[in-house]
Amino acid sequence: MWHDVWLVCRKDLRIEARTRVTLNHVAPFVLTVVMLFAFALDADTTLLRRATGGLFWVTVLFAANAIAQRSASVDRPDGLPDALRLSNLSPAGMFLGKTLSLFLQLTATELVLAVAMVLMYDVRLRGIALILASIPLGTLAIAAVGSVYGPLAAGLQGRESILPLLMLPALAPVLLAATNAFGVAFGTTVGPGWRWVVMLGMLGAIYVAAGTATSAALLEET
Amino acid sequence: MTDQTSAAPAGTADTAKPVAMSTSSRGTKALGLLTLVSAVFTILYSFWFSKADVELGNTVRILYVHVPTVSIAYLCMLVNAGASAFYLWKRTAFPDLLAAATGEIGVLLLGLTILAGMMWGKPTWGTFWEWGDPRLTSTLLLFLMYLGYVTVRNIPAPRSARNTRSAVIGIISALLIYPVKMSTEWWGSLHQGRTISAPGASKIHGAQEFALYSGFLTFMLFAAWLTIHRFRVGWLQDQADATELDAVIADRRAEAGAEQFGLGEVH
Repeated sequence: MWHDVWLVCRKDLRIEARTRVTLNHVAPFVLTVVMLFAFALDADTTLLRRATGGLFWVTVLFAANAIAQRSASVDRPDGLPDALRLSNLSPAGMFLGKTLSLFLQLTATELVLAVAMVLMYDVRLRGIALILASIPLGTLAIAAVGSVYGPLAAGLQGRESILPLLMLPALAPVLLAATNAFGVAFGTTVGPGWRWVVMLGMLGAIYVAAGTATSAALLEET
Repeated sequence: MTDQTSAAPAGTADTAKPVAMSTSSRGTKALGLLTLVSAVFTILYSFWFSKADVELGNTVRILYVHVPTVSIAYLCMLVNAGASAFYLWKRTAFPDLLAAATGEIGVLLLGLTILAGMMWGKPTWGTFWEWGDPRLTSTLLLFLMYLGYVTVRNIPAPRSARNTRSAVIGIISALLIYPVKMSTEWWGSLHQGRTISAPGASKIHGAQEFALYSGFLTFMLFAAWLTIHRFRVGWLQDQADATELDAVIADRRAEAGAEQFGLGEVH
């Protein structure tokens, strides 16, 4: 199965390397959102600094929606769903491969976003350990949900509006936990930050388990 | 819900089998009547016999709707998840139609819960909505997740694909039910914790407790009545779709036969 995971992940990353959608479309999109938040909050640096955790993760969710949609749509044309079904790849391996590829693309996007926010919102980095623990766990949960709902919505009419309707409510607990962990790390929220990291880990594990369990059914019908 | 007739759905050829176009039966009529009687009794009892609460005043009457609707919404959603899992296992029509019916009714009841909660919140807390409260926000989240379920369910798609997609969403959405239920205990909440099943003893007694149980009975009957009808509507929709497909195939075959044997002009 792990061979299949790597195959699917490598295939998606190769498509990304050739088309550069994340680099050329999503990265500029997140930079635009960073700018729009600054305009919306009246360029108040103190307020922006306080809200950085929430703004960071909201932007990641928007980016995840775009990347998940893209990741699912590359598998739709030219009878590719049938080809994938006949390929004898393990459904769980395909789901985990998609999740891994989404995870890596999201991590790259988050890196761009983090640099932009540190520089433009004048964020003072503290609690690095908390931040470094919450980013991969939160990203894993987001990638897992994107890998379930992306292919599920890709075959539907109105897929562009359906995917956020499905994905964003499921990711709201991730947003809550990750924002609170960042808040504690930045010193804007008081409380046990590591409890939020544990919650992120649990959410990631639940979504990966649910995605793996339903992968065969979804592959058959999407 | 619809008149008792026995005819083929509109648009089908005469080759199609007739399909009963009714969701009503003697049993559902009796259940509907019982629901109506129970609703009238609950309203009368809640407003005339049950007294206003010492602390909550007359707003306690809103809870006779709020608490039963949320409990039965959870029940509908749990049945939805169980039926969805069963559908993925067995791939039969019954669990799929049951999941579809309970999913929709769960959304309806949870929507009523939120509205009733907001009506109660304004006079009690001074606000319709409190974003800092985990029970309120998590309930809204649950509502939105099931709204997604209903939306996907209603998007035109091949039946098997639609059923599988909605079953997966039903299972994932149900993962949130327990955190919503426990949110008042896990996180500090303005919302009241457990009332009837509180550790030790129930926090509600006498006429108020009776009115609450009467509300439970009414909404339980209402949900059962609605589930049966919605189940049958779903079944009829599937039958109509299948009949229409059969008719189209029969038409194409007839055209192909006419072409082959030169029996007439083909349009």
